[in-house]
Amino acid sequence: MQFCIFILILPLLSFLILGLCGSKMPHKLAGTIGTVSLSVVTILAYTVAVIYFGGGRGDEGTFPTLIPYDYTWLPFAGTLSIDMGILLDPISVMMLIVISTVSLMVHIYSLGYMKGERGFQRYYAFLSLFTFSMLGLVVATNIFQMYLFWELVGVSSYLLIGFYYTSPKAIAASKKAFIVTRFADLFFLIGILIYGYYTKTFSFSVNETMLMAASSMLPLSLGLMFVGGAGKSAMFPLHIWLPDAMEGPTPVSALIHAATMVVAGVYLVARLFPLFIGYAPDVLHIIAYVGAFTALYAAVVACVQTDIKRVLAFSTISQIAFMMVALGVCTSSNPHDGGLGYMASMFHLFTHAMFKGLLFLGAGAIIHAVHSNEKSNMGGLRKYMPITHITFLIACLAIAGIPPFSGFFSKDEILAACYNFSTTMGVFMSIIAAITAFYMFRLYNLIFWGKSHYEEELAAYNAREREEKPHKPHEAPFVMTLPLIILAVISSIAGFIPFGEFISSNGESYSIHLQPAVAIASITLAVASIAIATIMYRKGDSKITIYINTHLKGFIKAAYNRFYIDELWLFITKKIIFNGISRPIAWFDRNVIDGSLDKIASMTQKLSNHVRPMQSGNIQSYNIWFLSGALLLILILIYLA
Amino acid sequence: MNILNLFIFIPLSMLLALFISRNIKQIRATMVTGSTLLLALSVYLTIDFIAQRNAGVSAAQLYCDSWHWYPTLNICYSIGVDGVSVAMILLSSIIVFTGTFASWRIKPQTKEFFLWYTLLTLGVYGFFISTDLFTMFMFYETALIPMYLLIGVWGSGKKEYSAMKLTLMLMGGSAFLLMGILGIYFGSGATTMNIHEIAALGNIPVNIQYIFFPLTFIGFGVLGALFPFHTWSPDGHASAPTSVSMLHAGVLMKLGGYGCFRIAMYLLPQAANDLAWLFIILTTISVVYGALSAISQTDLKYINAYSSVSHCGLVLFALLMMTRTACTGAILQMLSHGLMTALFFAIIGMIYGRTHTRDIRKMQGLMKIMPFLAVGYVIAGFANLGLPGFSGFVAEMTIFVGAFSIDDIFHRVVTIIACTSIVITAVYILRVVGKILYGVPTDSEHLKLTDATWDERFTVICLIACVAALGIAPMWMSNLIGGDVANIISNIQP
Repeated sequence: MQFCIFILILPLLSFLILGLCGSKMPHKLAGTIGTVSLSVVTILAYTVAVIYFGGGRGDEGTFPTLIPYDYTWLPFAGTLSIDMGILLDPISVMMLIVISTVSLMVHIYSLGYMKGERGFQRYYAFLSLFTFSMLGLVVATNIFQMYLFWELVGVSSYLLIGFYYTSPKAIAASKKAFIVTRFADLFFLIGILIYGYYTKTFSFSVNETMLMAASSMLPLSLGLMFVGGAGKSAMFPLHIWLPDAMEGPTPVSALIHAATMVVAGVYLVARLFPLFIGYAPDVLHIIAYVGAFTALYAAVVACVQTDIKRVLAFSTISQIAFMMVALGVCTSSNPHDGGLGYMASMFHLFTHAMFKGLLFLGAGAIIHAVHSNEKSNMGGLRKYMPITHITFLIACLAIAGIPPFSGFFSKDEILAACYNFSTTMGVFMSIIAAITAFYMFRLYNLIFWGKSHYEEELAAYNAREREEKPHKPHEAPFVMTLPLIILAVISSIAGFIPFGEFISSNGESYSIHLQPAVAIASITLAVASIAIATIMYRKGDSKITIYINTHLKGFIKAAYNRFYIDELWLFITKKIIFNGISRPIAWFDRNVIDGSLDKIASMTQKLSNHVRPMQSGNIQSYNIWFLSGALLLILILIYLA
Repeated sequence: MNILNLFIFIPLSMLLALFISRNIKQIRATMVTGSTLLLALSVYLTIDFIAQRNAGVSAAQLYCDSWHWYPTLNICYSIGVDGVSVAMILLSSIIVFTGTFASWRIKPQTKEFFLWYTLLTLGVYGFFISTDLFTMFMFYETALIPMYLLIGVWGSGKKEYSAMKLTLMLMGGSAFLLMGILGIYFGSGATTMNIHEIAALGNIPVNIQYIFFPLTFIGFGVLGALFPFHTWSPDGHASAPTSVSMLHAGVLMKLGGYGCFRIAMYLLPQAANDLAWLFIILTTISVVYGALSAISQTDLKYINAYSSVSHCGLVLFALLMMTRTACTGAILQMLSHGLMTALFFAIIGMIYGRTHTRDIRKMQGLMKIMPFLAVGYVIAGFANLGLPGFSGFVAEMTIFVGAFSIDDIFHRVVTIIACTSIVITAVYILRVVGKILYGVPTDSEHLKLTDATWDERFTVICLIACVAALGIAPMWMSNLIGGDVANIISNIQP
């Protein structure tokens, strides 16, 4: 397994090469360097997976945890130190597969999508940096290494969101993403400090006696760490950065803001799952409630957005919340008894990465074709973009939970876990799953069916109502459709992977079995939602749609504006922090602290101006001073005597 | 001969050479040769020091030497270094070396500029190698005075005001310091000025310590930008020419932290323990207050000056925690802040030299016009906000881990408050990056500007390399510092 270090070295190397001498490179060469190094990484990742899972289970019936590398990077006093290493266990190996697959697809896709773009080399350099940091994050052997790469992931996300740095929207979005996640990271850091102090190590593997000694502080520490995870994974109310992050290039949204980085929070909770279950089950349930609320909120907002990438962004928030809920509803580490959610969450993470990556890449192909993000500029695209249409449909079916597509299986396990936890939670999440199916098919119908925006414009042009000939939508080039097809195939069949054989909450083999009641109910709900969405949106705005739009106007407006959470944040940052705290402090510093020093200086000067006339050079006044001084002294002496 | 003497000898010969040099070529040749020699010497010193430590030499100070030059008051020219001073000497050499290139084209009166610059350098080296209170103080003053002229003559904006303010405030600090030094000298029985001998005696009565610890700490604290004595920093930095800002923030401000640790805390341990809470509160305010004021500044140098207040506040904050990890972090933060801020001021100076404004509202889209400087600025910004891979992360994390290891509510609370600076820093850094580098150039005059020249590129690349090296491989530096910090700490802890 020693070769697995190259999984980290190659993207780093590619970043350094492209970053240092990319600007003088031809575009083709830069793209090739990035893509080839990622292909090798992908091959290595699959090899690691085959060897790891092929190696079989140990005597306890679990896959072994391998640590091929572990070095002390920065020692502190005592037993504490930051280590750098590679840890292989079922979930990190699974993440390697997910990240390398999606990243490779995005690398290939971008060869077409970003063709001729200014800063092409920079784009590939940042992609490599991101892949390096994300891979480093998942193989971390200790919480501090994870935090370190967590920050690097954040900065590569910042750089990629702000890729089009001349657009004010992109600048604001990148800044917002970085600062919101950084704010969450503050809590993460404090959580780590508490964890490190009480368990005397930053490592994930802590011995039982240390944990028992630290058990009173662990819930606090784990809760704070979850806040960090909630920031990256866009849990309410820290989700505000994610929809704006769509200002970045679309392939970046697919890679970072759908498939990999945003699930880092889920991965963090999964990584610390034994601690959560053992010492802080209540915190775990809080996570479930936060997740459930986020899932509902995002799903409702997704129903009314008009920018297709924003719909997908809110869908991502909602789906990640599903994974959080699945982890949160676990009550024990036995998958047969309350620990099903762990497996379900990881399963959904896997399938979601594939179909959400596909959806974003498909959206990218559409945006590439119509040069707009708005649904009003689309419609009827199925004729013009057949491959994109079919693959997008597959992804929609997968996310809606229609068998045999992958999303059905993973979502079904999540729902089953929720029903095991409580019926209320189960019903609640089932409803959200139905809403998911509704907004996805609303989106699908608006894009591919209904009145074609192009044909309308063409008609207007032919009737001489329009000056220029509209641009005809076209299917994307092969480098862009190939990743779509590959991901569509994975999304179709991934559900049949016996996931429980590889990953389960206690590491033992668990065979997935569908619960008929849950499955039938969720299929029925999904089909019904799809039907409603199709009726409402297939042929433009139907009567029902108009009826709903007029009667729920206020609600829809509020949902479209994301229930004004962003305005609230803006108020806090602009009004309170900037104008209410920073400005007064700066004023105080200049005028009070510095002002008083200046005052002392000017008073000294004034005083000296008053004293100066004594030295007038006038012998008479000197005499007066001398005499009165002498007199005063004599008087004092007399008085003292 | 003791190689530490060379750190005095080389600047002295540079002064002489500058004095007799006649044209710009000779001046540059002198400066480059001298600063390169100093850099090489410090690298050699570092390597040799590490080798000696690895070989098991465990004396508190190496390369010791002493020579009585004023026996009546027991004043000696006594020198010696430990890991902390070696690190500081290395930092100074890097900054002096890069600063030389950053002032490559300084005009007018190039010769005089470099004379004062070298005199300042001399003072800095002398301060770091001295182990005698009085000699140390003498070198300290030698380093401060040239600042007045460097800012007053070669500065910009309200330079006379700033130079006067800076000098008066620092001199005020020196007055406190002198009282402190006299207090220490007489408190310990007036038999020796040698720091280590005084520490070994450890006989300063507690009530005397209570008087002189605050004086000494504030005396050095003024230079270390301790709240509320930091206001010289924004004006001073804003008016100073590029290389002087670099040297001032990069090295001179470190004299403050170093002095607080080496003299105030080391020699007056009981008072340091009992009064630490007071200064911890002040430094915590520095950390947050500096960062918050930086958010709403509009002048690039003011932003960076307030950022320095915040970062240097963290240095003093960590020192006062008095744990080995935190103090190691403090020294790392001094190195890190020195390099980062020098980088920042260098780039700001280069941008200012082109646009003739530092007002962030008047610049936009510099990324398109001067990509090299803009990328350099972004990297400096990332280093400043503590991105892993750069020195700031290492230093801050060491400080926070160290500070968090003190198990009481007060220390916990202030540590958490100090931690918030990582968010606030991100806010002001990204605000500037978004405002001046990104976007489309609005000022048509700016479109004609050119990117960095070779000497500027060299300066920037050198500093980035150092910041990254410390950030990627922190272990050797933390080992170099750690052992000797532990020595000092063991004397302070009750």
